[in-house]
Amino acid sequence: MTTTVPEQIKRLDVTFKIARFIPETDDAPHYEEYSVQALPTDRVLTVLQQIKDEIDGTLTFRRSCAHGICGSDAIRINGRNRLACKTLIKDLNIKKPVVVEAIKGLPLEKDLVVDMEPFFQAYRDVMPFLITDGHEPTRERLQSAEDRARFDDTTKCILCACCTTSCPVFWSDGQYFGPQAIVGAHRFIFDSRDSGTDLRLDILNSQEGVWRCRTTFNCTDACPRGIEVTKAIQEVKRALMFRRD
Amino acid sequence: MQIHQYDVVIVGAGGAGMRAALESGTRARTAVLTKLYPTRSHTGAAQGGMCAALANVEEDNWEWHTFDTIKGGDYLVDQDAAEIMCKEAIDAVIDLEKMGLPFNRTPEGRIDQRRFGGHTRNHGEAAVRRACYAADRTGHMILQTLYQNCIKQGVEFYNEYYVLDLVMSEDGQRTAGVVALELATGQLHVFRAKSVVFATGGFGKVFKTTSNAHTLTGDGIGIVYRKGLPLEDMEFYQFHPTGLAGLGVLLTEGARGEGGILRNKDGERFMERYAPTIKDLAPRDMVARAMVQEVREGRGAGPDADYVYLDLTHLPAEQIETKLPDITEFARTYLGVDPITELVPVFPTAHYAMGGIPTNIETEVLRDNDTVVPGLYAAGECACVSVHGANRLGTNSLLDINVFGRRAGIAAAEYAVGAELPDLPENPAVFVEGMVSGLRDSEGGERVGEIRKAMQETMDMNAQVYRTETTLKQALSDVQELQRRYRNVAIHDKGQRYNTELLEAIELGFLLDLAEVLVVGALERKESRGGHAREDYQTRDDVNFMRHTMAYRHVGENGDTSVRLDYKPVVVTRYQPMERKY
Repeated sequence: MTTTVPEQIKRLDVTFKIARFIPETDDAPHYEEYSVQALPTDRVLTVLQQIKDEIDGTLTFRRSCAHGICGSDAIRINGRNRLACKTLIKDLNIKKPVVVEAIKGLPLEKDLVVDMEPFFQAYRDVMPFLITDGHEPTRERLQSAEDRARFDDTTKCILCACCTTSCPVFWSDGQYFGPQAIVGAHRFIFDSRDSGTDLRLDILNSQEGVWRCRTTFNCTDACPRGIEVTKAIQEVKRALMFRRD
Repeated sequence: MQIHQYDVVIVGAGGAGMRAALESGTRARTAVLTKLYPTRSHTGAAQGGMCAALANVEEDNWEWHTFDTIKGGDYLVDQDAAEIMCKEAIDAVIDLEKMGLPFNRTPEGRIDQRRFGGHTRNHGEAAVRRACYAADRTGHMILQTLYQNCIKQGVEFYNEYYVLDLVMSEDGQRTAGVVALELATGQLHVFRAKSVVFATGGFGKVFKTTSNAHTLTGDGIGIVYRKGLPLEDMEFYQFHPTGLAGLGVLLTEGARGEGGILRNKDGERFMERYAPTIKDLAPRDMVARAMVQEVREGRGAGPDADYVYLDLTHLPAEQIETKLPDITEFARTYLGVDPITELVPVFPTAHYAMGGIPTNIETEVLRDNDTVVPGLYAAGECACVSVHGANRLGTNSLLDINVFGRRAGIAAAEYAVGAELPDLPENPAVFVEGMVSGLRDSEGGERVGEIRKAMQETMDMNAQVYRTETTLKQALSDVQELQRRYRNVAIHDKGQRYNTELLEAIELGFLLDLAEVLVVGALERKESRGGHAREDYQTRDDVNFMRHTMAYRHVGENGDTSVRLDYKPVVVTRYQPMERKY
């Protein structure tokens, strides 16, 4: 049994280089730099809020829970998709400005805010809900712990879009469902209670479906929930290959 | 300005709002308005479980659950409401399972259940396994499952529409709709509706150290209060014992349900002294007070001796990783502490409002102690039914949103089916237009961030776990001064699209109102009961205070506002108050 004694807390000088875009006046994003003092344990989100509160109230970003469970604040930090509330200053190189930008591949609305509608539409398109047939039992449906574990990983998804907007195929191809939608389908395809697998596999077998995936693993690297996204996509591909018609 | 028409408008897309929408949407034309996206709602942050006396793993029944809820609420619970909640809990859990919720399972494949604070066998004999759970992301799975079923049913959402006002009919007798700001465009929309359901959540952001989201700013509660309608029991605010020290990020009580132990700096399991029977699984108010007491008496840990430890190190690593994966990660990410091998620094964090918009058991909003406002409903944390009384038991919030969310959806739709579409007043958005342009055009020198910070600091300092007349008076004068400063608040962002600075300014106005109501209620409640602990009145006083506080906004002749208090009797059915020992 050990205890951790926090180090002496010292504020550090941190500069954020933020891609700003004001839709009413700008044609394209431009970068602005903001310097603040922050604790090593501060979240990037804390610093963004500090800039908004103390320096420039026009800085616009989404946020809610601030501890990585609501999925509001996916952004690009030094070129990688991250949640602002799960990235700590101490984990960044602050010798140079920290580059903060909106996630890529969705229409830019303002500063760090993108239009999430195409992303949620892709999710809705894969029928992300339990489909059952036959008689409903009076009590709960039974499910073994093993069957429950089969799809546990993909139930963790918070729909933050870190995976989908890190995918090069998604960037270049407006039609691809993207990794998240496949994760969303996986969660039901591998649920022993569900009987809609064929419907979902048909959707994912289409032009916009899983075969677009080029297995670059960007999605797995980007997932703030540690979901093995690429593996889930591979499992869906295998389910399609071994499906009995 | 666009005008929309619906039978039912639901404000808020967390658990209560979406559970209501699933019922309302099949019965009447329904729209759900949320200032976020549905999956961002804070229901998703709930971790530990949802209690129901399924008796899947040991003997249990809903009457024991009812008793625990009433005793846990320190006898301020309306007992008829608690009975309904605990009875309907069983179907509520089964409904969620049928909707697809991936509960953890027993070896027989049934829904697994674990222990939780204040939930006991046979009226307090020992802790009982009553909480149904999905690892430590039960709220996340409830939110996802409800959203998925809303997609299945084709529920109509207006995402990122921030509701700013409730519109009443010309005669002021019934609801006529709501006014909302579309964040993407800055445009105002009027939603004309036969029924309105508020399901807008809590207001934890009045405090600095809180488990609550940035967006939990009490908008719905504030709107109702500004309409002259009462708020109930606002002084009862729950501080969850195990927030990550210094940050307030929630670590579920389920950690103690799985066998976790609280220890002071000497390694002592101090809860044995405060609650000898159920120890670390005592209700939250008692545990939070015990933790503060340990720190005050010099047994706090850390360089500033200002927190205690949550100890999971004696539990098998596999149990921690499979049943408590999220909180394990929170401790690793935010404090750099690994719960499998290290003690986790914890301290109480502002968590849940027991009070809110008063409703009856049909979720109809009350305009006084007895009369309902036709067409207006409230459910979830923003409402006060009151099933939580002076202190909510862990898991009963997820239960509340499912049971009363469902009831609200049914009641609002059934009312709408039999009602005419109300006429709108001539200028339904005039109040909101004034509020928005006032903030947008203000040239005052006050900043939103500064006032918010000052409010949160005084509330943490003076209206937290322990309160006295002196601290509460300090909080009140600070909040009132901040309300004065708020009149000169100005924003930098003059744009229309995604003006989140305007949004934050409006939210701050609601927070200041609610902070004032909380403190005034707390000042006048000269007793200690549940989550409200007065050091100058240390015992519960059933003779004078076994009654609900009803707070009204009073507008004086010169336009100044203040809080006027009235009281409402507690509904007692079969449980007479007794001493609360665990």
